[in-house]
Order: sequence, then C-alpha cells, then structure tokens
Amino acid sequence: MTAEPVAVVGIGQTRHAAARRDVSIAGLVREAARRALDDAGLDWADIDAVVIGKAPDFFEGVMMPELYLADALGAVGKPLLRVHTAGSVGGSTALVAAQLVTARVHATVLALAFEKQSESNAMWGLSLPVPFQQPLLAGAGGFFAPHVRAYIRRSGAPPSIGSLVAYKDRRNALRNPYAHLHEHDITLEKVQASPMLWDPIRYSETCPSSDGACAMVLTGRAGAARAPRPPAWLHGGAMRSEPTLFAGKDPVSPRAGRDCAAEVYRRAGITDPRREIDVAEIYVPFSWYEPMWLENLGFAAEGEGWRLTESGVTALDGELPVNPSGGVLSANPIGASGMIRFAEAALQVRGAAGEHQVPGARRALGHAYGGGSQFFAMWLVGSEPPPG
Amino acid sequence: MSGAPREVAVVAFAQSDHRRRTEDLSEVEMVMPVIHQVLDRTGLRTGDIGFTCSGSSDYLAGRAFSFTMALDGVGAWPPICESHVEMDGAWALYEAWVKLLTGEADTALVYAWGKSSSGPLRDVLTRQLDPYYTAPLWPDPIALAALQAQALIDAGLTDEDALAAIGARSRADAAHHPHAQLTGDVPQGDHIVRPLRRGDCPPIGDGAAAMIIAAGPGARRLCARPAWLRGMDHRIEPHGLGVRDLTDSPSTRLAAERAGAFTRPVDTAELHAPFSSQEVVLRRALDLGPEVRVNPSGGALAAHPLMAAGLIRVGEAAARIHRGDSDRALAHATSGPCLQQNLVAVLEGDPRDR
Repeated sequence: MTAEPVAVVGIGQTRHAAARRDVSIAGLVREAARRALDDAGLDWADIDAVVIGKAPDFFEGVMMPELYLADALGAVGKPLLRVHTAGSVGGSTALVAAQLVTARVHATVLALAFEKQSESNAMWGLSLPVPFQQPLLAGAGGFFAPHVRAYIRRSGAPPSIGSLVAYKDRRNALRNPYAHLHEHDITLEKVQASPMLWDPIRYSETCPSSDGACAMVLTGRAGAARAPRPPAWLHGGAMRSEPTLFAGKDPVSPRAGRDCAAEVYRRAGITDPRREIDVAEIYVPFSWYEPMWLENLGFAAEGEGWRLTESGVTALDGELPVNPSGGVLSANPIGASGMIRFAEAALQVRGAAGEHQVPGARRALGHAYGGGSQFFAMWLVGSEPPPG
Repeated sequence: MSGAPREVAVVAFAQSDHRRRTEDLSEVEMVMPVIHQVLDRTGLRTGDIGFTCSGSSDYLAGRAFSFTMALDGVGAWPPICESHVEMDGAWALYEAWVKLLTGEADTALVYAWGKSSSGPLRDVLTRQLDPYYTAPLWPDPIALAALQAQALIDAGLTDEDALAAIGARSRADAAHHPHAQLTGDVPQGDHIVRPLRRGDCPPIGDGAAAMIIAAGPGARRLCARPAWLRGMDHRIEPHGLGVRDLTDSPSTRLAAERAGAFTRPVDTAELHAPFSSQEVVLRRALDLGPEVRVNPSGGALAAHPLMAAGLIRVGEAAARIHRGDSDRALAHATSGPCLQQNLVAVLEGDPRDR
C-alpha cells in the first residue's frame, strides 16, 4: 500500500463577527460545512467521517460539544473525532483529517473548526487561575508581550514594525468578505495612535474576538478527479510540541516551530522557502509575530524578519505576501483561526481567493500555533499533485 | 509502504490506582508514573516515540488548556510530534493507530487521565448536553441512564435483579485487580434514581492510563506476545434522547462490524458500560453469548476514571492477550449520555506466541 495523496476539494467559512447572534453554535458550524460541501459539489451522504476542532470548551460553556453537534455536522452513523491542541487546533484538525485519507481509512472526510467567543469571555478563559499557576489575569497579550520585547531587543527592530503589520493586514482584510474587521478608514497613524495595551502591543495590533467557523472537504485521488473545481494538493504537513515553560525554551523562536517547518519543507521538497513558497498564511494574533515567525519559519535569517516586513516583501503585492486574507489580526474565532490559515493557503493555490488572490500562487504555507508558543501545526499545499 | 496495510499492536499498558479523590496529586503527577511504566516495559525513551497522543477533558479539571501542563510530564524536549483529543483516551488511541497506518511513525505513546473528583461530577456532566434546550434543565448522567434502564425493563430485556447481578459479578471479578476502586462484596444499596441503585452506578474516581503501540516487526521486539489491533472503528448517534431507541446501540454494532468483530468469535470482551443496564444494551448490540468472558477486569463498575476508562478497556483486553489469557478480544469505549458514541477495537494474539 502506498500513501494516498490528499486533495482539498471544498472550502467554506462563515462570515466572522464579534457576535453571531443570528445563529446557534450548531447553526454556525452548519454554515461553514454547507459552504464547503457546495464548493466540493458533494452532499452530507458523501462524507465518510468528520473531524472537529475548537479551543477550550470553556469558551462556549459546553463540555465536549461534538456530542451535541453530531446532528448538525451530518455525523450521525459516522465516526466523529474531536481534536483540541489549543490555538493550533484548527491546523491539527485538518492534519488529522488528512491522515484518515492518507492511510485510506476513509475516502472523503469533513474537517471543521469553530469558536463562538460571544458565548463567553476568552480574555478570562485564557487567564490561568490559581492554584494551577501564578495568576496572570492578563489574557494572551500579557503572556506574549514580554516575548515581543525580547525579540525587539535581540533583533534591533525599529518600533514601527508592529504597526506596519497591523496596517497591512487590516488593509488586506478589506478585500476579504469573510473577515471580521473591515476598517475602511484605517491609516498607519491611527494604528500608531491607538491605546497601548501590553507594551509594545497597541490595541490596533491585537486580534479581535470573533465568532466563526471554517470547514474543508479532504479526499484522495479519485475524489479529486470528480471535483468540480481545481483542488489544492497536500505536499507536506507536520505537528510539533514542546513544554510551555522551562529554562531551555526560546519563546522568541521556539524550536518546535523550527522543527515543524523543517519537517514540512522536507516532505514537500522545499529547500529555499523564501524563493519556493509563493504566499504564506501565518498565525499572527499580535502584529509583532509576523517578523518573529518569518524567522522561525526560515523565510528570513535570525534577526532579519522585520526587514522583510519593513521593505514591503510581505505586502499583498510583495515578493512573499503574508496573510493576504487579513489574517488573525482581522478575524480570530480562536479554534477556527488555524484552519482558516490552512484553508486560505489552499484557496490561493486553487486560484479561488477572490479579491485577495495572489496572482499565479502555486505553493502556499498554512501555519498555526497554540498554547504558550507550545504547539505547532503547518501544511504546505500546491496547485499540482505531489510527485509520485 | 507496500503491500497490505500495516500491522499495529498494543505492546505495553499501565494504569494508576483509581481513587475516590487525589487532592495530593496534580494531573502531571498522576500521569507521569504510568507513562514511565510503559516506557520502562518497552525499554523506549520519549525520544524514540514517533507520535504521542492524549485524551482528557478541561471540564473535569475546571480550567482551560488543562492538557498543556500534562505534556510537561512526557518530557517533550527536544520537541515531539504530538496531538490531543478532548475525548476519552480510546479516541487518542484511534488517532495514533491511524498515524501508524500512514507509515509516518512506527511507535506511539497514548495516555489519558481524569480527575473526576475536582467538582460535583453529576452537575459537571450536565454541561455535555445541548446547551440551548437540555443543559438548562440540568439532567444529570444518572437520571439519563435511569431512563435507559427503565426502557430496558419496560421492553422485558432485564429486571432489577439481573442488573444487581451484573454489579455483583463486576466487583467480584475486580477483587483480584490491584488498581480497582470498588471490589468484592459491595452492597447494592438504595435507589439513586429509579430503577438504578448505587450498585448499578460507577464509582466516581481519579486515575490515569498509558499505552504504547508499535507497527510491524518492531512490535515483536518490544513485547513477547503483542496484542495486534486487527481493526478499530467508532460511530456516533443523534444527541437527542427522544430520537434514539435507548434499548439498542446501532453505533456499537456498526463500529464492531467495521472493526471486523463479527468475522470470528471473540473469547473476551472489555465493555465500557458505566451503568449495569448499559452492559445489557452492549451485549445485545455485540451479540455476545455466555461463552464470552465479559469484563474480567471488573469493568467501569469497579473503577471509572473519566477520559481514561475507555482506553483502560483496550488496555485490559491487550494485557489479557499479553498474558496468554485471551487469543481474540473485543474492547469497547463510550462517550456521551446513554451510550451516544461508541468505539470498538478487535485485538488478537498470535497462537504461536503462547
């Protein structure tokens, strides 16, 4: 038995918003799943298994919501697997679904990830309470800000870089109808004048809290041949984890992220990511993580990532567009955010990204991370099937 | 890879003592000993493991991202290839099994844990239900299981005496189990929710389990008599109790069929039946006759660490094969109210290895 190649033949996402009061949790996931099925030209009966991911159950106050969602996802009578790997979960969910196809356990699999943050308060959900850890009570921003400061100190990056990323991503989001934030009047000056939340992270350099879901239909060679629209082909995927806190950890450029990227590139036959990858959807919840991850992912040498951002390389019309969708900075339904990165990468190589399409994109990276920069999931997709 | 799908076997299994409460232990401290036991038994180190996957639930711990700390206990440095399911560890085993089938890893570490004692469990589990229509009514898991038990009695498929006998048999079998929480001659007790008495319900307890699986010839090097995973499948049913026949478990039957359980008889069945009445449902769905040894470990009525109890069923079945007490065993895990979701694994020992 040889491994079955994996094709993304259907992609759907919801309109992301601060509060989707027009739908229940079931209605939200159904919206994304139905769009993915329509894109694939398939119906519920064509799906053999469902893999669902989301971040903590406390965000909606539903314990193991896959049980309640079985009906809405058309999963009755089918296998339903629930993945949870913190913020990287959207990526991990897609990879677990892909493995079911690779191993030929199932022919066609629906992967779906969601978060309905308006049901709860993620800021406090992310603030670890005593007695488990020292009380942080500062959400994710308070956790990551010191790592950003360490990056600035190490790289000598000018203080303007963070605002450049935020301005770019929010401008890109204006071309993406699904993005949560559509700030038509945004200017660089407005970003720089926004309140300081966790030094050096300003309000306009942070991700919003969003309700939203993303779904993908994954299938093998035969399924791809029947698909009505061009598929995206999986060339390589990987997950890596390391402990959250220990003396040897480099929170600016975690080794798990570097190892994960190296594994993806090895599987995909990439030796020079900066030249061979046409577009990247990178998990950037706080603006400074663009230059940080550019280095971690091997797009720039250590300490040089900010130069790519400053010189416009990562702009929509640059040599390596990063987050043409507007990224996590423009829509952050946490559990779905990783899968949206994976899905947006697939849309680019399918030539189906609409107004934010990068012309001629043939190879794209989707990236997700979670925990305290602890969990990483990535995939590289291409417009052509993998060799062999 | 070439030829037939890869053969994968359970090569080591360990579980903690299951206790009513463990205020003296963190989750990491509960998980670490069982992980070290399976590593020691195989001689493997964390760095030798190709894939790691765990199962747990934040709601039992009472906080978000509770699994991130448990990973520290694994020794995930240098970084490892790792994933987590917010489900019973039996589903983590499923994800690991698929990973080995792809050929991308040759060994996997699977672990699961639950500290059911952290909160009022009957209240906590109501949060598993439809959040708009059902959960606001706070129907607890014993009340829901009682609905199922009463449906079975009304259908003439069992009675209270037969249910009591299931509880008594389970705890008598557990008398020789070094890790069980409730063993021996435990009184059947008063009704908690009619028709279920205390003896029909699982003990509330904390515990952990770990397992190592390996592919192909590697499995034989790690274990004298590997428990080969001949098939594994899981299926889910509708959530609404009103649209299900509570006396039947079509998802179990379908999962068993897909796992290959019906192609040849099994000699042992480890069933994840937290309530005595659920063993009646599962025996019927799986067509298990009196010749099949059911839950020789004592099952979930003797120890029920949530999120680990399903993985423990697979581990108990595998351990019987390792010891030569079984040649072909079925293991079952469940999730959700009234057996909503069910997983079946079929394990075999090679007769030549006895």
